[in-house]
Amino acid sequence: MLGMIIGVAAVVLMLSIGQGAQATVNQAIASMGSNLFIVLPGATSSGAMRQTSGSVQTLTIGDAQAVAGLPSIKAVAPIITGTAQLNFGANNWSTVVTGVTTDYFRVRNWSTEDGEVFTDTDFRSAARVVVLGQVTAKNLFGDEDPTGKTIRIKKSPFIVTGVLSAKGQSLDGRDQDDSVFIPLTTGQRQIFGSQFPGTIRFMMVQGKSPEGMEEAESEINQLLRQRHRLAEGVDSDFTVRNMAALAAVATGAAKVMSLMLGAIASVSLLVGGIGIMNIMLVSVTERTREIGIRMAIGANRRAILTQFLLEALVICILGGLAGVALGIGGAWAVSRAADMVVVITLGMVGLAFFFASAVGIFFGFYPAKKAASLRPVEALRYE
Amino acid sequence: MMSVQSESSAEPLIRVDRLCKIYSLESGVNGTVNSQVLYDVSLSINRGEFVAIMGHSGSGKSTLMNLLGCLDTPTSGHYWLAGRDVASLSEEELASVRNHNLGFVFQGFNLLKRMTALDNVATPLLYAGVSRAESRQRAQELLQQTGLGKFSEYQPNQLSGGQQQRVAISRALVNNPQLILADEPTGNLDTQTSGEIMGVFERLNREKGITIVLVTHEDDIAAYASRLVRLKDGRVIHDSKVDS
Repeated sequence: MLGMIIGVAAVVLMLSIGQGAQATVNQAIASMGSNLFIVLPGATSSGAMRQTSGSVQTLTIGDAQAVAGLPSIKAVAPIITGTAQLNFGANNWSTVVTGVTTDYFRVRNWSTEDGEVFTDTDFRSAARVVVLGQVTAKNLFGDEDPTGKTIRIKKSPFIVTGVLSAKGQSLDGRDQDDSVFIPLTTGQRQIFGSQFPGTIRFMMVQGKSPEGMEEAESEINQLLRQRHRLAEGVDSDFTVRNMAALAAVATGAAKVMSLMLGAIASVSLLVGGIGIMNIMLVSVTERTREIGIRMAIGANRRAILTQFLLEALVICILGGLAGVALGIGGAWAVSRAADMVVVITLGMVGLAFFFASAVGIFFGFYPAKKAASLRPVEALRYE
Repeated sequence: MMSVQSESSAEPLIRVDRLCKIYSLESGVNGTVNSQVLYDVSLSINRGEFVAIMGHSGSGKSTLMNLLGCLDTPTSGHYWLAGRDVASLSEEELASVRNHNLGFVFQGFNLLKRMTALDNVATPLLYAGVSRAESRQRAQELLQQTGLGKFSEYQPNQLSGGQQQRVAISRALVNNPQLILADEPTGNLDTQTSGEIMGVFERLNREKGITIVLVTHEDDIAAYASRLVRLKDGRVIHDSKVDS
């Protein structure tokens, strides 16, 4: 009984943790936007020197516009970033300032919770407007409504046009809500003095369809090599990252973990089942006389078999119920204590329960068979 | 299930012909050791008889009782119960015969411990496929007749020996059997209670015409019967009518 409870509880707990991990990863992937490439400047090597991507600024707004013209591409969001000090009244906060085009919010599938994002007109006129992430808004304004207020970024005044909805952690664990967004043009001209005007830090590219991702990747490579006048055999001075592939890896890893947890839990369920078999075998021996009496008053083998199977099943079902309760409680405790996302589905509980019953019948069968095959005289004579 | 009640009444209820029983014991050194307990026992018991089987321990009387009760199968020989050859029946059919045609009363009462007196009496009916409500009603009637009506919800260990044996007799009667087999039914009871229990058997035999076969080694218990069969070393050595 205890074995069964622990087995079922373990299955429910492990599955809910596994599912929770998967849900977390899926949410992070969804928050990234779909069919995304990230194109980073600077590449793998420059002459004999190998450098990390982003170490030189070889991508320009012109590149971004050209990529946007490709047939397999839906939208492009060139991005510049930097860290800056923000002020509102007495509050100040240091955060990532990102210069973007209006397309950025579409690519990231990111809408405002309050107010609006800035417009194309703001972009063209390099207006001093800003959109705040949730965390930044909270840190600067507290409970106040930021829309329409003026904050200072590196001492220049910016009007807040809106606050974005919460997005949570990204795949690499950064808090995406601790950020502010200004028009790319404003950033280039007024906040981040760049050595090379017109260069961008990186760009996000959204493909038209999940199927066309590989084709889009080769198109981007071809176009940018052409624009950067790179001869055959020369290394690219940019890197194209397919985020969908990255997402697939993350999802795969979460699945494997979930599967592994499930496997471990199954073993404990199996051990629970063997425990049940033991209990039932002991019970058959202890109750040999009872079996004899029942046979003497007319029970046939089938009736004895049914009785013992039912008993095993009842133990398993009761144990299963207690196990499910314990598992759900445990999952709740884990989610509270470790701040983990756990997901409990009805299907999962059903699965654990189904296996508990199956184990009960499977391991109850041998003792039941043994009880039923006793000879009436011998069973009656047993002390 | 099949019933053997419809056989002609000229046929004896029990007829055994040259019944032998050999127990094979596995012995580590000598291989299998055979020990014969019954030698060519032939016996005929008519409907309505009250037979006492006597003998010392080891005389084979309990083995004979198990064979008559279809709890065991003979090594050789034939056994007709109400004209039907039961030695050749399958375990499934034997269970049915035990359920419909026989009632057992044991020395140690053999009630089911965790059940009330009522459920104990009703159980054979449940195995016969009778509905729960009907079984319980019939069981209650029988307990009433044996004077245990108000003890129906008691568990066996809350009852005295005599009361437990009455419950066991009620259980034996619940399927209206033609034959009751009682294996030392008074062995665990004091003299006065023994007398009461034997009175119950006597009434059942006289008023309802139920055939009773009783195993005992006490002469005063055997005196209630109308016929005495003595066994010694697996053979019938004496068989006579008794005037009671």
